Amino acid sequence: MHATYSSSRILQPVRPWFIRVSLMVALILDFLPTRAWPWVPDWVALVTVFWSIREPRRVGMGTGFILGLAMDVADSSLMGQHALAYVLVAYAATWLSRRILWFPLGQQAMHVLPLLLMVQFVQFAVHAMPGGHFPGVSYFVGPFVGALLWLPLTFILLLPQYQPVERDANRPI
Amino acid sequence: MDHQPPPFFKRGPAPLAQLSFYAALSLALIFIDSRFQTLELLRQGMSMFTHPLQQAAHAPVEYLQNAGNYFSGITRYQDENSRLKRAQLAGAGTLLRTRQLEAENERLRKLLDVKGRQKANGRVAQILYAARDPFSRRVIVDKGQQDKIVAGQPVVDDAGVIGQVTRVFPFVAEITLITDKDQAVPVQIVRNGLRSVVFGLGNGQLELRFMPANADVQNGDLLVTSGLDGIFLPGLPVAKVVHIERDTSYSFARIYCVPVAGVENFGDVMVLDPRETISLPVQLTSEAVTSGVKPSLKAGSKKKHLKRE
Repeated sequence: MHATYSSSRILQPVRPWFIRVSLMVALILDFLPTRAWPWVPDWVALVTVFWSIREPRRVGMGTGFILGLAMDVADSSLMGQHALAYVLVAYAATWLSRRILWFPLGQQAMHVLPLLLMVQFVQFAVHAMPGGHFPGVSYFVGPFVGALLWLPLTFILLLPQYQPVERDANRPI
Repeated sequence: MDHQPPPFFKRGPAPLAQLSFYAALSLALIFIDSRFQTLELLRQGMSMFTHPLQQAAHAPVEYLQNAGNYFSGITRYQDENSRLKRAQLAGAGTLLRTRQLEAENERLRKLLDVKGRQKANGRVAQILYAARDPFSRRVIVDKGQQDKIVAGQPVVDDAGVIGQVTRVFPFVAEITLITDKDQAVPVQIVRNGLRSVVFGLGNGQLELRFMPANADVQNGDLLVTSGLDGIFLPGLPVAKVVHIERDTSYSFARIYCVPVAGVENFGDVMVLDPRETISLPVQLTSEAVTSGVKPSLKAGSKKKHLKRE
C-alpha cells in the first residue's frame, strides 16, 4: 500500500459502520478522565471535521449536534455548548471540503487548525457571555495538538478504503 | 407521471439552512439551560446512553490504577494502618466527650424547649471523576437516584464541606464543589459569629463578599456553615481566611479564603441527608399563600435564589 495524497487516487467507498465506529471511539476517547492534561485534543471535534471533509453527505451538522449533546451531558457542561461548537465546525468543514483535499496533508492540517480553534473559542464565548473566567492558555493548546494529529488520523481513518478490491492472500495488508 | 430527480441530486436541505436550524436549536438549549434549568429530563435521558460509554472509557484506567495499587506494596498500607490507629486513639478522647456533650446538649435543649439539632447522617460515595469541562468545578460520584440521592444534599469529607449535589442521574450524581464559580455557602466566623456568604471564585479559592471594609475579619479565621440556608447543617467547617484587602476606595473588603476540606482530592465523600424542613407557623403559611409566595422552597430553587442575590 502506498498512500500518496498528492495523487487523487480513487478510494473504495467508505463503509457507514466504519464512520459510526470511529465517531464512537472518538467519543470514548473524549470521555477518558484527561482533565489533568488540557493539551489533549478534542477527539470528537477532530473526527467530525475529518468525516465532514471526506464525506460531507454522510456526516455533517446533524451528527455534530447529536455528538455535542452527548458531550454536554457527559461533561455536565451547559446544555448546547458543545453542540453549538460542533455544528459550526461541521458547517465550516463541509464548506471547506471541496478545496481542502487538493492540498498536501501538511497544508490540510493548517486548514484544520483554525477549525479546531473555533471549537474552543465558541465554547469560551458561550461561557464568557455571562461573565466567565479565562480558563488559561493551555485550554487552547489542544487544537494545535489536534492539527498535528491530522496526518496520522487521515492515514488511520482512510486505511479501510485503501484496500484493493481483489483479495490477495500474499499481500501484507 | 412526475419525474423524480435521480437520488444523486438529493442532498437534503441547503447547508446554510441546516446551519441556521442547528445553531438556533443549540442557542435555544444554551439559553434554556442557563436561565430556567428545565432540561434535566433530557439530560437524564441522554445520560442513559453516555453513562455506559463513560464507564467503558473509565474501566481500563481503573484497572491500571488498581494494578498500580496492588504492586505498590503492603508496607505502605501497614504504615497507613498504624497511622490511622494512632489518629483514632488521639481523637478518641474528644469523641467520647463529644458524645457525652451531645447528650447533655440534647437534654438542655429539651429543658429549654428548643428544637433538637439534627444529627449528621448520610451515605458514603466515591468520587468517580472530575467533569472535563474546564469552566466548572464539578465531580461525579457513584451514588444516584438508585440510592435516593436528591439535588441539594450537602457533601462533606473528613475535614469539612466540599460541595453540594446539583444534578442526579440514575446511577451517578454530580457535585458542584464550593470552589465552583459563584457557588454560594452561607457561613459564620467561628471567632465572633459574624454571618456572611462565601462564594467560589472558580480558581480554587473562595471569596467572602459584601463585607464592609471595617468588618472584624482576620487572617486565619475559620468559617463554618451557619445553617441559615436550610440546606447545610450548622457548624461544618468550610474555609479559612488567607488574605484580606482593605481598600478605602471600595465599600467592601476583598476577603479571600481557601477551603479546609480536600476539595480537589479524589476519594470517598459523605453525602449528608437532606435537612428536615422546618415548618412555618400556620398563620405565616396562610399569609404566604395569600400573597402568592410558595412557603416550601425546594432546596435547589433556594440555592438559585441565593445565587441570584
